[in-house]
Amino acid sequence: MDLFDKYALVAGRHGKLLQAGADPFGVCLDELTSATEARINGRDTILVGTNNYLGLTFAPECMAAAEAAVRAYGTGTTGSRIANGTYGLHRELEAEIARFLNRRSAMIFPTGYQANLGMLAGLAGPRDVILMDADSHSSIYDGCRLSGATVIRFRHNDPDDLDRRLGRLQEQGDCKLIVVEGIYSMLGDRAPLAEFAEIKRSHGAFLLVDEAHSLGVLGAHGRGAAEEQGIEEDVDCVVGTFSKSLGSVGGFGASDHPAFDALRFCSRPYMYTASSCPSSVASVLAAFRQIAQRPELRERIWDNARALYDGLIAAGFDICSPVSPIIAIRLPDERSAVFAWNRLLEQGVYVNLALPPGTPSGVCLLRCSVSAAHTTVQIEEICRRFAKVAAELAGGPSAAARRAARG
Amino acid sequence: MSTEGNALYRDLCTLLEKYAPADVELTPATEFSGDLNIDSVAAMDLIMEVEDRFGIDIPMNLVSDLRNLQDLVNVVRQQIEGR
Repeated sequence: MDLFDKYALVAGRHGKLLQAGADPFGVCLDELTSATEARINGRDTILVGTNNYLGLTFAPECMAAAEAAVRAYGTGTTGSRIANGTYGLHRELEAEIARFLNRRSAMIFPTGYQANLGMLAGLAGPRDVILMDADSHSSIYDGCRLSGATVIRFRHNDPDDLDRRLGRLQEQGDCKLIVVEGIYSMLGDRAPLAEFAEIKRSHGAFLLVDEAHSLGVLGAHGRGAAEEQGIEEDVDCVVGTFSKSLGSVGGFGASDHPAFDALRFCSRPYMYTASSCPSSVASVLAAFRQIAQRPELRERIWDNARALYDGLIAAGFDICSPVSPIIAIRLPDERSAVFAWNRLLEQGVYVNLALPPGTPSGVCLLRCSVSAAHTTVQIEEICRRFAKVAAELAGGPSAAARRAARG
Repeated sequence: MSTEGNALYRDLCTLLEKYAPADVELTPATEFSGDLNIDSVAAMDLIMEVEDRFGIDIPMNLVSDLRNLQDLVNVVRQQIEGR
């Protein structure tokens, strides 16, 4: 028996994928030329799968802030927040997040994944019950498990199912924590937060909203789905990431709860990890200011999302959700999804390939994420290359549309 | 009463039929992964169907321990009795 025997099945499946072309889960961006372009396999490629929603990775203000922070604070912190890793910059960013979200307090984590781990394992304990949306991100699943709480899944975006379950669980656990996301990462659909908020109130539960894909994208000020739906007061805790609209790496939790900062001494994923490096923290500070000062970025991303959505529909593709910066195209099966993904990459378009079991309901997806930094010409070019692939998929655009519709 | 004879077992067999290949006969020892080839995501969907059918909640913490049909019968019975 070998330690790696248990992975034989998945390794075999990966091997089959490689026979069809490039490695969809190991694409290497050799050179970045802008927020939306890279050299991949020696080819100029338009990036349509990087979650770089506002295109801030190359914003001069963010790059200058990162550079200045390296010069002032060095390359890394060499320690955890509770030992030697709290810098003035960390405090400054936490104050900026709290101010941006109108929250009493915020704490930062080195990655978005750890933000969910730290928040969930910190907030809930073995005597509590977590009710999580079934389509939640893996970081939420893992955070729930780490908390030791009783974890119940409810049907995706289904307030009635949540209500029924809370009714059944009335006598169980000390506290109930409901966990949902603003925009779901795979299909790009939004949570009905107003309905969840009402249920939360009627059952005396707590509500955590992960705004990873909605921060900077939704709401009049870019605060996310809860701002857009006018229910921020009902959200007890917000989680977010720096690696999407903020163009860096890291994550945060924020709350109005007066005891929130206890998590700094009670949440192991916060306490026992090295703190965020100065350059990341500084670029995120600059990125928050960009979001506040440049509302046109949000207009631009929605214009681009609509243009790409319309172009893909016109090319005959089947899209899973209404317009959003995440556009998930449903392909009829794994073979055609892998084929289309490879043909797009060969034509200089990078999107994400998403296959079961990593997708809801076993769908095979080409997942696009739109950026405010995409130009009109790029969006047109992406649509043109997609249309070409649609034609290749089934001998003609209309036949491709019929096939996609059947999926 | 033997497991094969009770109503709960028969109900679960009915739910599981669509997951079972034609050549697999369901018994209390039928394994979800080995015999029925149910992956982690399909297992979650199956659990939700079972929850709806019996009006119960099966914590995820218990799902990873479910190996075979008998395990599922035990968990469902436990949740029904705990209501």
